[in-house]
Amino acid sequence: MAVTPDVAKELGLTADEFQQITHILGRTPNFTEISVFSVMWSEHCSYKNSIVWLKTLPREGDRLLVEAGEENAGLVDIGDGLACAFKIESHNHPSAIEPYQGAATGVGGIHRDIFTMGARPIAALNSLRFGNIDLAHTKHLVRGVVKGIGDYGNCFGVPTVGGEVYFNDCYNQNILVNAMSVGIVKVGETVSATAEGVGNPVFIVGSATGKDGIHGATFASADLTEDSADDLPAVQVGDPFQEKLLLEASLEAIRTGAIVGMQDMGAAGIACSSSEMSAKGGVGMDLHLEKVPTRQANMQAFEIMISESQERMLIVGHKGQEEKLLEVFRKWDLVCEQIGQVTDSGHIRAYYHGELVSDIPADSLVLGGGAPVYQREYKRPAYMKKLEKFSLSQVPQPEDLKEAAHTLLASPNLISRRWVYEQYDSMVRTNSMSTNAPSDAAIVRIKGSDKALAMTVDCNSSYVYADPYVGAMIAVSEAARNIVVSGGEPVAITNCLNFGNPYNPEAYYQFVHAIKGMGDACKKFGTPVTGGNVSFYNQSVFKDRTEPVHPTPTIGMLGILDDITLQTTIGFKKENDQIYMIGTPHNDLNASEYLRQAHGIQNTPPPHFDLDEEWHLQQNVKKLIRMQLIESAHDISEGGMFSALLESAFIHGLGFNIETDGNFRKDAYLFGESQSRIIITIAPDKEDELISQMNAHNISFTRLGEVSGDRVIIDEADFGPLSEWKTVYEDTLSQKLDNQ
Amino acid sequence: MKFGVVVFPGSNCDDDMVHVLGTVMGQEVVRLWHKETTLPDFDLGDCVVLPGGFSYGDYLRAGAIARFSPIMEAVIDFANKGGYVFGICNGFQVLCEAGLLPGVLLKNSNQRFICKNVHLKTMTSESAVTSAINPGTVLRIPIAHADGRYFADHETISQLKDNNQILFSYCTPEGDITEAANPNGSLHNIAGICNDKRNVFGMMPHPERASELLLNNLDGKGLFDSFLRTAHSHSV
Repeated sequence: MAVTPDVAKELGLTADEFQQITHILGRTPNFTEISVFSVMWSEHCSYKNSIVWLKTLPREGDRLLVEAGEENAGLVDIGDGLACAFKIESHNHPSAIEPYQGAATGVGGIHRDIFTMGARPIAALNSLRFGNIDLAHTKHLVRGVVKGIGDYGNCFGVPTVGGEVYFNDCYNQNILVNAMSVGIVKVGETVSATAEGVGNPVFIVGSATGKDGIHGATFASADLTEDSADDLPAVQVGDPFQEKLLLEASLEAIRTGAIVGMQDMGAAGIACSSSEMSAKGGVGMDLHLEKVPTRQANMQAFEIMISESQERMLIVGHKGQEEKLLEVFRKWDLVCEQIGQVTDSGHIRAYYHGELVSDIPADSLVLGGGAPVYQREYKRPAYMKKLEKFSLSQVPQPEDLKEAAHTLLASPNLISRRWVYEQYDSMVRTNSMSTNAPSDAAIVRIKGSDKALAMTVDCNSSYVYADPYVGAMIAVSEAARNIVVSGGEPVAITNCLNFGNPYNPEAYYQFVHAIKGMGDACKKFGTPVTGGNVSFYNQSVFKDRTEPVHPTPTIGMLGILDDITLQTTIGFKKENDQIYMIGTPHNDLNASEYLRQAHGIQNTPPPHFDLDEEWHLQQNVKKLIRMQLIESAHDISEGGMFSALLESAFIHGLGFNIETDGNFRKDAYLFGESQSRIIITIAPDKEDELISQMNAHNISFTRLGEVSGDRVIIDEADFGPLSEWKTVYEDTLSQKLDNQ
Repeated sequence: MKFGVVVFPGSNCDDDMVHVLGTVMGQEVVRLWHKETTLPDFDLGDCVVLPGGFSYGDYLRAGAIARFSPIMEAVIDFANKGGYVFGICNGFQVLCEAGLLPGVLLKNSNQRFICKNVHLKTMTSESAVTSAINPGTVLRIPIAHADGRYFADHETISQLKDNNQILFSYCTPEGDITEAANPNGSLHNIAGICNDKRNVFGMMPHPERASELLLNNLDGKGLFDSFLRTAHSHSV
């Protein structure tokens, strides 16, 4: 088949890129080669439209053992000779087309990124965005995605300890499925994704290679349209049982000392793993594709090269120690086949039955090597001008505050996610400290130490839509706040950047400014970016227009509790404990769930936020927790103070009696989402000490009331029994999702 | 006494069980690889544990393939001689498939995987895993399974009841055995049973996930305490 610029275009490459490839090779590429370039130069693998901006993010820190982009995931020193590898990744487009397999393989892929470094995954989180919950299609997607995540993670045996689920019309067609994995490894026992040593054998390990996921990375790097369902073969199929065997066998194989380097196969399969490992080690590889175990007969060379069949690893072993590796994989009944060797050519040369079918310089394929790097244009989106016109005075105050509260709490974005998380095994490996004692961040103890990890995923995309710079700062800040109020110290982040088409200047503006906000906040909190993933081309098609999804830069943050007993939980503990709000209230309903639910107002500026104020608050909350003054702590986020109080009350069925502040609109005081506020409770005998501490450190605070009885009382008005609110909170999601 | 925790391909609660038996309970624990054909130096007072997980990916049917593992011949032989065998979750499914315990475990009635704390009523203290627990005691222990709906024919159920073989039943926090307290549709809310010789035990809930204060739940530890007490009184 003659490769023309048209063929290249069909595979997602521009005319310029085709020219460049011809120049690199010194000839016209054949179809196998152009296929390899198309996946390796896709946004998914090359970051060509994002890397310029990603490099502006803070990527250095005392605890970082591996810099962003250097290995498959970031690696953070957590003391006691241990390191933590963690990363978040998107599987949006596959999940939009085939929710069950798309989500399942998203989970499988991110765990592989962690254990390919030699770390054992100990926890998983996920961040999900769906469209309108009342649409039948949304329900279908939610059921499929949740079952996919559950079935894969549950069988693989790693607990899903945290996550978030939001519903918004902007995700009607283009859902977001971001999966995060966190693993532990002894410092010095990691494995690098590199190829070294001319003559060393190259093995493929794990599942046989099939035709699934052909051009998957290219598919993920194009607009999702109504024709996308035709791309179903681009979606991979997962087998968590194989992955579990691959995990155990890989970790055991590392211990033999016979491994030079290892990389999992995700996007772009053999092409990606072989070229990235070779480029990194400054070597080449000769591969013999007929030796690759395949699932079906007569696969073509290009299909074997770029198949995204799951549960596979590429391993470079030490020559002469092959038998050690083979023995481990035999023990686990996994296929381990030598398919080639390391060369000094610098090229990935693929042979099929003796014929050279592809010959490409490894370096030309990869990020930081020959892959293109683009500066894209951006301009401020027109809608942002409109948002500025919003004023709170346009919003009538509710006549019946209790009714307004009920309307708010029934929002699919505020109700309990129990229907979702009960389908995930959250307790396997017996480390999850927050299952029975919920904290704002998930707390996972590290066996054999006095430490625990705190982890969270956060992004309120309505805020980012309202102002990408401020919204991204809030996403980082909320993640840090969740870790701090749980008793942890924020350490580092991984990010999953879900945006629209980068060739759309308005969508690219959102990307650029979100990166700026994220970078500024990460610098402030001392939490460098260790890696992550960019997912462009997320958009939904409406009758008259195509719109990018809300910009959604999901933050996955890691924190450490040096002392496991510092864990602070959200639940009210005792009758008469005093309830305080730390932070400053505002007459602010901007971008709140309340405005959307009760008034149908979507477009406003972001809520009040000041980075210095946030930082100051967090430093002081850390102190209060270390002084063991606090009984419970919960940050105020979606749904405002009212929602936060209810969530704390539900845990032990303890009600509350509070008063609002007459200087503020009641709806704004109770339902507003202005940032940098935390609800704490304190035993009455520690109140004086708390107040003197807060005064000494110049922290703004308000006494709200006390933990009391089993009812909700606000300004002496009875808002009803807590159990009534809990029923709405607990049962609404299952009512919506279990009905057709 | 010592414990042996069987590791099938796909077992994923084996580490948790080794941790609780070894680190928390301070007992001698060995891992038993599924390809082995004998139990090394096991006496009748010792105990083989079949842990939770997804042996062989739960392909075909949960526990159906594991039952044919080489190690299972040795385990069946050990059980038939009177040795203690304790299966949890997937281990319970394997024991039913192997015929060491009566009945089967079907898909949960809601057709979904369920992970949550449930309440169990202790139905008898006449077993090695409940000897230190007063009958009627309500324990809060998590379940995590997709196939936990206990089912058996009428005659088997009658035998289980007549012989006092039902160890745990799903109940309300107050100890009432009700339909609403039944998480998976098990017949008679059955959560755990033993065989008629009372040396083979199986249950769907995970006591090993509820045996440490750090995890804010100690309700499962009573089962391991019971075991040690029983084993100790046998060896005296």
